[in-house]
This record gives sequence, C-alpha cells and structure tokens, in this order.
Amino acid sequence: MECLIGIRGKDFVLLASDSVAGRSVVAMKKDHDKMFQLSSKLLMAVTGEGGDTVQFAEYIAKNIQLYRMRNGYDLSTKAAASFTRRNLADYLRSSTPYMVNLLIGGHDDNDGADLYYMDYLGSMVNLPFAVHGYGSFFTLSIMDRYYKEDMTKEQTLALLQRCIDEIHERFIVNLNSFKVKIIDKDGIHVLKDIRPTTKPPVEAEGTQQQQQLMDTA
Amino acid sequence: MAMKGKNCVAIAADTRFGIQAQTVSTKFQKIFELGPRLYIGLAGLATDVQTVSERLKFRVNLYELRENRRVKPKTLLSVVSNLLYERRFGPYFVEPVIAGLDDVTSEPFVASLDLIGCPMVTEDFVVSGTCSEQMYGMCESVWSPDLDPDQLFEAISQALLNAADRDAVSGWGAVVHIIEKDKVTTRTLKARMD
Repeated sequence: MECLIGIRGKDFVLLASDSVAGRSVVAMKKDHDKMFQLSSKLLMAVTGEGGDTVQFAEYIAKNIQLYRMRNGYDLSTKAAASFTRRNLADYLRSSTPYMVNLLIGGHDDNDGADLYYMDYLGSMVNLPFAVHGYGSFFTLSIMDRYYKEDMTKEQTLALLQRCIDEIHERFIVNLNSFKVKIIDKDGIHVLKDIRPTTKPPVEAEGTQQQQQLMDTA
Repeated sequence: MAMKGKNCVAIAADTRFGIQAQTVSTKFQKIFELGPRLYIGLAGLATDVQTVSERLKFRVNLYELRENRRVKPKTLLSVVSNLLYERRFGPYFVEPVIAGLDDVTSEPFVASLDLIGCPMVTEDFVVSGTCSEQMYGMCESVWSPDLDPDQLFEAISQALLNAADRDAVSGWGAVVHIIEKDKVTTRTLKARMD
C-alpha cells in the first residue's frame, strides 16, 4: 500500500515517498519519512516488510559510511547501488531474506544524477523515472506521456504533482501526503510535503433539485 | 538466441525487464561480454541474470589470470555448467546461451544450458526464454548453413522480432551482436514496443 516515486531531471534526482506508516488496516503515523541518507549525495527510499526496511537501510547506510572512513571518499551512486544489490541478492537465498523494495537516487561528479530501481529479489535497473507499489499502475503511464529528458526542478515537481493527483483520484488507499527530497550537486534538499490538489466536490445532477424540495418541505 | 554463420556467430536478446504484466524497463541488459569474441546471453529471473553474470565474470577473470590466456567457448560452457550445477537443489532461474569464436582457430561456437547446467552444443542455433517455442519455429525457417554476417544479421533479427511479437511478455526492444573474426557489430533493432 506504500508508494515510492523517483524522477531524474537535469543534473538532479527527485525522490518522493508517501508518508503513511501503517500496520494492517490502521494508519499509525501520517508524517513518516521513508527515505534514508546513505551519504552526503546519496538517498535511499525504502518500502516493504516492517523492520526489514529500517534494518536493511541502516545496514547499508553504515557500510557506505565505513567505506568513506576507510578510503577518504564517497562511493559513486552506481557502486553504492551495486553494493546494495549484492547484499539483497546474497540474503535472498539465505534463511533471512530482506523483503524490501527500494529506489536509490544520487549525484556524482563523474556520472551526474542517477536513479536506480531495485526490487526485493535484487534486480537492479537504472531508470529515468521509477515507481514502487500499487501507485506504479496509475503513474507509470503518466510519466511515459509527460516525462522529457533534462527537465527543470519546476517541471519535475509539476509531473510529480500530476502523479500524486492521479493516485489520490483512483487508488483506494488514502495517501494524501508525500515527502519530497531532491539530490543535486549541492547535496540533499528537503522540500515541502506535497499533497494532492484539492478540487471542488462534484455534485451529481439531481441533488440540487432534491435539496430545494427538501428545504421547502 | 544465438546462431552460427560462415566464420561468424550472432547473439540477440530482447531488452524488457518486467514484473508479470508490468514493464519496468525497456533497456535491460541480458547479453554480457566475457571476451573479445565471446558473449553469453541470459534469460530468466532478472536478479539471477545479474548475479550469474557477475559471478561468471569473476570466475572467468580468475581463469584468465591463472592460465594467462583467454577462455575458449567450449571451456566457458563447462564453467557455466559447473556454476549452475553447484546450485542443483536451489537453482539460479536462468537459461544461458553462449556464442563465440574460438580464440585461436576462430571456429564458430553456439551452445545453451538449462537452469541446472545441462550443456547442449548445436551446429545451427540455440534459443531460450518464454517464447522459445516461437523462436524454434522462426529459426528453423530463416536459418540455413553458411550465412555470411549480413545475411545472418537479417536472419537472427527477423527470428527474434517475430517470435517476441507472438509472446505477451517478450519484446519491448531488441539488441543484436554479430561476432566476426576481426570485429563485433552491435545493433539495436527497431522493435514493436508493446
């Protein structure tokens, strides 16, 4: 029931995640942040089994930091994503696999901005835009239609707004706020939460007449 | 799939990465280079395609460091077979095809394996994937012995494209490598993106 969205723009990556923390049918927390900072210019958004998400994300984050401490420089986005994939794939056939789906967004000096999609089995792809969860069924086609290479921040946010509006319109689960972060050459920036655009309620045709009759009666 | 020609081989694959009915990526790499004239294509579960190609590259690198020469296609077949059979009771869900020219004699070689490493060397072509039956039909029609590189390119491209078009979960892009004695030509085909 969770949704992660990632869009690559001109020299930046935008990651958005819904902010509902739920267990079974209960929404326990409405402003939960599902994104973990792996390094100064690497961000990972995680969904999946409760517990596995945080454990795996922190494990990867600490190992990325260890590399930096040992070698004096950060891992590239591709290397960090490959490292994450290797861990997921190795644990897959152990007795304790991690059930986590993730998006890794990062910025390098060499390769620019990169977005990697990884599922719980450890399949990894570099994509211009990616979505995890049921939200993908509603939003991937919208992105196919409106995404262009090298969009500006404003254009990317507009595209994200379209996607969130569609999820709000058609997805049965109420995901009414998304945490948004951008990674560019200056690091990770937290933007304001994005909510679906409120539309005026649509009244069915006969109700106005019925209301008038009710009032006079 | 992979096909033999006259002093050349060709290997081709679609480029779809999907999760059941949903297509996630149309640029997924399934063919990997293990030598200047030796390629392996892997069909099956995406995570295992990536894991097997990484582990295989590791083994081939060690082989080349120890033996101080490039691995022969026939030997690679045995290496892959061993890698897959080690997991006999918890296998990697991949079906590899190998295409290459022998390093010394430049003899063409194609082979395929099943998911637990049973090797099969053929004199004409090998196929693997969800539309393998369609590919067998197409290859049988378009292939003939001793095709030159251009004819081989046409043959393998038509075989792959038309077979994939009859399978709902195959397609969304295709890539073909033609391996000759002195060069390798890689072409991306204009495929139906549906």
